[in-house]
Amino acid sequence: MAHTIRTPGIVAGRLAADVLAENFSDLHPPLDPHEAHVAADRCYFCHDAPCITACPTDIDIPLFIRQIATDTPLAAAKTILEQNILGGMCARVCPTETLCEEACVRELAEGKPVEIGRLQRFATDALMAKGPQPFSRAAATGKSVAVVGAGPAGLACAHRLAMHGHDVIIYEKRDKPGGLNEYGIASYKTVDGFAQAEVDWLLGIGGIEIRYGQALGRDVTLEALSEAHDAVFLGIGKPGVNRLDGFDLDGIRPAVDFIAELRQADDLATLPVGRQVVVIGGGMTAVDAAVQSRLLGAESVTIVYRRSQAEMPASRYEQDLAASKGVTLMFNAQPVSANGAGAVESVSFEYTAVNGAGLKGTGERFDLPADQVFLAIGQTLVDAPDDLSRDGGALATDPHHRASLANVWAGGDCSAEGEDLTVTAVAQGRDAAEAIHTSLMGEGGPING
Amino acid sequence: MADLTTNFLGITTPNPFWLASAPPTDKEYNVRRAFEAGWGGVVWKTLGEDGPPIVNVNGPRYGAVWGADRRLLALNNIELITDRPLQTNLDEIARVKKDYPDRAIIVSLMVPCTEESWKSILPRVAATGADGIELNFGCPHGMSERGMGSAVGQVPEYIEMVTRWCKENYDKPVIVKLTPNITDIRYPARAALAGGADAVSLINTVSSITSVDLDDFCPEPAIDGKGSHGGLCGPAVKPMALNMVAEIARDAQTAGMPISGIGGVTTWRDAAEFMALGAGNVQVCTAAMTYGFKVVQEMISGLSDWMDRKGYESTEAFIGKAVPNVTDWQYLNLNFVTKARIDQDKCIKCGRCYAACEDTSHQAIWMKEGRVFEVNDAECVACNLCVNVCPVEDCITMERMQAGETDPRTGTVVSDDYANWTMHPNNPGACAAE
Repeated sequence: MAHTIRTPGIVAGRLAADVLAENFSDLHPPLDPHEAHVAADRCYFCHDAPCITACPTDIDIPLFIRQIATDTPLAAAKTILEQNILGGMCARVCPTETLCEEACVRELAEGKPVEIGRLQRFATDALMAKGPQPFSRAAATGKSVAVVGAGPAGLACAHRLAMHGHDVIIYEKRDKPGGLNEYGIASYKTVDGFAQAEVDWLLGIGGIEIRYGQALGRDVTLEALSEAHDAVFLGIGKPGVNRLDGFDLDGIRPAVDFIAELRQADDLATLPVGRQVVVIGGGMTAVDAAVQSRLLGAESVTIVYRRSQAEMPASRYEQDLAASKGVTLMFNAQPVSANGAGAVESVSFEYTAVNGAGLKGTGERFDLPADQVFLAIGQTLVDAPDDLSRDGGALATDPHHRASLANVWAGGDCSAEGEDLTVTAVAQGRDAAEAIHTSLMGEGGPING
Repeated sequence: MADLTTNFLGITTPNPFWLASAPPTDKEYNVRRAFEAGWGGVVWKTLGEDGPPIVNVNGPRYGAVWGADRRLLALNNIELITDRPLQTNLDEIARVKKDYPDRAIIVSLMVPCTEESWKSILPRVAATGADGIELNFGCPHGMSERGMGSAVGQVPEYIEMVTRWCKENYDKPVIVKLTPNITDIRYPARAALAGGADAVSLINTVSSITSVDLDDFCPEPAIDGKGSHGGLCGPAVKPMALNMVAEIARDAQTAGMPISGIGGVTTWRDAAEFMALGAGNVQVCTAAMTYGFKVVQEMISGLSDWMDRKGYESTEAFIGKAVPNVTDWQYLNLNFVTKARIDQDKCIKCGRCYAACEDTSHQAIWMKEGRVFEVNDAECVACNLCVNVCPVEDCITMERMQAGETDPRTGTVVSDDYANWTMHPNNPGACAAE
């Protein structure tokens, strides 16, 4: 091994291949059938279950768990997938601790919720192992819909439109589908190329064509898409990243780029990482970047978040995961400057406190040595036409996910609705598809917004 | 630690936990291990008449009913009586009894319904020094097709006849083991008593099919594509066994007749319940077959611990203590009015009480804003279903209405007078409650 965790600078190969393989194995290994039975038996089959309410896609969780308990995991999977065609990925990446499992009455009763996420994975894995996706297309409608972005929102929208018999063309900027499922999620949450396998499986319904290398505003325009299709759905995410003024030294980069690079790496031993890594931010992206830095062999990794622990967007579960992997979490400190000659050598921070109306620096400063700095301070909408109305930094939509231009809908991270989660994107893509379907097939033809 | 020494039919054992006649007591090796583990006595697996040994199936003998986490709730078996030579069993019984004089060995017997058959085997059993015999009139499968086991137990006249033969030809206690596969357990019990039985033991297994293989449409356990009903035992049969024990204990004709309680005894608590309903001791099989002989240690410590807490110095102090409280429905107090109460601090808001009451009972639970569940006394008939389906112990309880309060369901004032159906005005045969 050429390098160790103590090698200075940003270098590859800090850890042996077997250690890397172990570090990046499945965070939550799949349940075996007996484990699934035991876990399923813990479900109380609640009346009007709180877990269903907590799920953005409204999966009938007690029903699918009972179907697992009674040896019909494929029926369970269908219950899940009818609501959430990316139920396999959501089973892996949903922050269940703030959604269904937080609402589980056994969380209230014992602090140990039913393992809904892992049970969902058990069912969806079983169905996907059996073969094709289980839905079929309705008779062709002759309608054509453009979906921009092959991320969770776009895929969910496309699948539901295909079910209704519409023809769908997905315009995808990158050369692979999946969006953040493929580029933006920690590797240990979705191992073995699951994201691509799931997309292939989803496309099995037919009627969906994906055109790669097609960026909105560069290769295609909304105007042209609106002319060529009966409706357009925008699921373009927030691919822009926020930067910090003065943080331009070598060794400083957006965390999302690092995460994407890691997900696309064929050999983790070739992926460079710093010895002393500092991550600035407080969301899931910050945690994913920090944990994976440690798993790649960084000697020290520190997340610095400008507000308090209670305000940190990453869940307590994610924080604990980071801590368990040796990541240091610091709160109430904001970046002041990146220091170094050419390459970053340290970052200066100032402690913060809530003072009157807002967060203010206290004047007390400290430096953290750093040879690599990841910025995880938020992402922004780019590429969307200016004539679409905004709501904050995202696209404004009505309750049916209709954007401000005729025959244009939007969902997922690019829309102002809901949290920026895979499962929320799926729900919005699905619901937008239903709205599009109603609009296209309604009496009197398309309804213009 | 309370003394668990139990005297049953003059046979004194260090505790009331005996192993029932079944595979665990089929041979010397097992029985010695059982005694070393602490069992108070065994009923040796049923011996048949001399001659060619019994033949068992060579495929599976047991079927099962599982609960959560594959917990064994019931076993079903199609095994027959011992398939080892009579003399081998007799020799082993004599050897073990000699080495364990403080433990009970009862020999279970099943021979054809002729006096000659019984007369011939009884002296050989007596020669072993065993403490008594148990007549297997319960086994519902296989042997019953040959006119033995439950085929005898289902005909009270046969029970009485064979019991009498045994009493006439054997000096030590005769226990008659009853089958539950009968309409009214009191008739075979009375017949046993009439024949001179020293005790009855019950229940033997319940005729059953545990499951059906839905691929080849064969009942389990499957023998080459066919199945035969077996006998069910284990925790699932306990409620039926408790009732049958109680029926015999409170029957005017059989009251006071010693009973050995059998049927799903799995913990010390099960044993205490059987004994409270009149059983002088208990016999165990499925718990040992599931967990091994060591399980008796929990039964011993648990029963002793409970007796200490209750201040019972011997098992006699509580045997039969629940019998006076077993009565006919017609004597239940209709002025005993209760209402369900939900402890909001304990409620975890699963809503199972609501679903059960709303869908299947009396629409007496409100689901209010924020998943708050409350009882509507004006509809609550106190059926107890909400208590039974609630996953949280003591979250829902039944509280008695006090005399003088008005039951909002019926509009009548609760009385603390005792009044039952025999006194009720709606009963055409009611006698005035004077």
